[in-house]
Amino acid sequence: MVMKSMVPNTPAFLFGLFFLCVNASALQAQQTSTEKTAKPPIDVQIGYLRAYEPQLALSVLDVPPRDEGVAGASVAINDNNTTGRFLGQSFTLDVTETKFDADVVPVFKEMLARGDRFVLTDVSAGQLMSIADIARDNGVLLFNVGATDDSLREENCRANIFHTAPTRTMLADGLAQYLVWKQWRKWVLLYGSHQPDQLYADAIRRAATRFGATIVEERLYEDRGSARRTDTGVIQVQKQMPVFTQNLPEHDVVIVADESEVFGSYVPYRTWTPRPVAGTAGLIASSWHPASEQWGGSQIQSRFLKATKRRMLSKDMQAWTAVRILGEAATRTSGNDPAKIEAFIKADDFSIAAFKGQKVTFRNWNWQLRQPILLADGRGVVSTSPQEGFLHQYSELDTLGIDRPETKCKLN
Amino acid sequence: MRSHMSMLAVTAALQFSAQAAWANMVYVSNEKDNTVTLLDSATMEVVKTIDVGQRPRGITVSHDGKFLYVCASDDDTVEIIDTATHEIVGSLPSGPDPELFVLSPDGKTLYVANEDDNLVTAIDVEKKSVIAEIPVGVEPEGMGISPDGKTMVNTSETTNMAHFIDTSTHEITHNVLVDSRPRFAEFKPDGSEVWVSSEIGGTVSVIDNSTREVKHKITFEIQGLRSEAIQPVGVRISADGKKAYVALGPANRVAVVNAETYEVEKYVLVGQRVWQLAFTPDGKFIISTNGLSNDVTFIDTAADEPVKSVTVGALPWGVAVAPN
Repeated sequence: MVMKSMVPNTPAFLFGLFFLCVNASALQAQQTSTEKTAKPPIDVQIGYLRAYEPQLALSVLDVPPRDEGVAGASVAINDNNTTGRFLGQSFTLDVTETKFDADVVPVFKEMLARGDRFVLTDVSAGQLMSIADIARDNGVLLFNVGATDDSLREENCRANIFHTAPTRTMLADGLAQYLVWKQWRKWVLLYGSHQPDQLYADAIRRAATRFGATIVEERLYEDRGSARRTDTGVIQVQKQMPVFTQNLPEHDVVIVADESEVFGSYVPYRTWTPRPVAGTAGLIASSWHPASEQWGGSQIQSRFLKATKRRMLSKDMQAWTAVRILGEAATRTSGNDPAKIEAFIKADDFSIAAFKGQKVTFRNWNWQLRQPILLADGRGVVSTSPQEGFLHQYSELDTLGIDRPETKCKLN
Repeated sequence: MRSHMSMLAVTAALQFSAQAAWANMVYVSNEKDNTVTLLDSATMEVVKTIDVGQRPRGITVSHDGKFLYVCASDDDTVEIIDTATHEIVGSLPSGPDPELFVLSPDGKTLYVANEDDNLVTAIDVEKKSVIAEIPVGVEPEGMGISPDGKTMVNTSETTNMAHFIDTSTHEITHNVLVDSRPRFAEFKPDGSEVWVSSEIGGTVSVIDNSTREVKHKITFEIQGLRSEAIQPVGVRISADGKKAYVALGPANRVAVVNAETYEVEKYVLVGQRVWQLAFTPDGKFIISTNGLSNDVTFIDTAADEPVKSVTVGALPWGVAVAPN
């Protein structure tokens, strides 16, 4: 991938490059379509706003790739252009990068000035909130492809933000249904000291109550700022983790809530008593998995691998789905008018195919994408939730996450 | 061709004859265990299982009954099997990941959907050479051909279109938008309509072949089943053009549709994840492959009742019946 070798924080350069490579295929599309339709192609320009900094992980295998998410969007742009070729539509991607704690308003305004009317965001909840109303006032639709915060779909929900990323409660409920189906109802919860870890732990607590499991004990693992990977660190870890999990009441499974990657991946195989581990380590709930081949998944996987030279991660799928939703809406409305595209996506009968075995649709009370949740370890998919028997009067997918009767979202 | 038929039906069955009106060989591709199961259409019993390439899916028999063509998807080839000896006698240059194909009415050209490359490949069956590669939408799958052989229809699963291709020029002439994940295209025997199933959209679009526009959308509703579970895949229309059968995937049923009024008349319960369908040449039975229950179901088309389910290999996918 071109992006990998480049220094971060060169959004203009990145943007230029992306435009160049995506436009090449658009140009081809244009030639083909003009032969057929003799009309100038309609350009659908999609922005991608991303907070990025190199991140650490306990295992080097879990370090996020440089182009995580963006790669999914660009594969979907190619897919949309293949379709657009027949209809005189071309799709381009405009990527802007910023830092984790940056004020995103100035860069977002630059994107608006470049004409972005559809913007995918992979930024924090706070950053997303800071641009939500500017987007609304400019008739811009946002697609949250990164943030799993429930607050963005609840008290901070917006009529102009669609979420293709699942929420923490959807992930926790997907996991909980499987554990309960396995009759593993006694849980121990080990959680990290950072805010995302606490939010994940909250989602686990809620899921336990909801599906009849019991958290028999909770333990906090304080982040004291140690290095993630040191030459002999593994020797210490082998002694630390058993001690950390000693003297727990009888339990079936250990749930780890450590999105910050401080200790979670050290827990499997090192607990005091031999128990399976789930949560952010061990059996992990996610929207996608690099080894998912069910439901036509092998097709998108091989397409993605061919284009990016790596396998497809959850955020790639979340971005792919957002761009495909826009592509579908542009195809069906024969244009790039944001109002028409919004109306199309918000229609009752809107659905899209996303290699999940059933159509995925939006919850019209907060514009969260309903979707099955995959449960997988590092190697492969173990199960997919909702589990059989968890029923719902409207859609079984609404057994995952905060449901309509409980929502705090009030859309204007 | 084999010489004269034995008078005894039993002997006929044992000889795997493709000539008897009352006993035709049924070929079922088993996606997961890399085999093709052979069944006798009269006794409805398994007569043999043969090993084929990896991940066999699309399957069809040559019009003279002499050869069986099987898409070995993971081997990137179409295998040719001699129906008399059951030996693999050759392969066709299908391009990567062939899934479904259709044989031209004159039996000379095989059109193959290459899912990974957004292409339809036209192959000269006799010369075993590629005649044309036609760029289509994302994830091409369904393949139908008009009875006169002049028009081929390919469906692309992520583009959500039926592409009409002129078989003399190998150019796309029309692109018709249908619902999500179109899987199969079937012409009416009189060539007037093309029926396209949409797995995720849950519908069958009836496209008028003269205007190339969707004239009707068939929807399905089964009491006690959520709409997401109704996923139309295989479609077959009877020789008289009056009845259509639609396999509904995880709904575990085959819908019987009046092909003149488009009304769904019945849902026939078969096995789990029903995928593809094929008629026996006399039209008296239609056979469904039921992927998750590892069996096929013979449906009596007079009563539209399931007659018998027979266990085959793992994940049965496609089915073809030898001609008379």
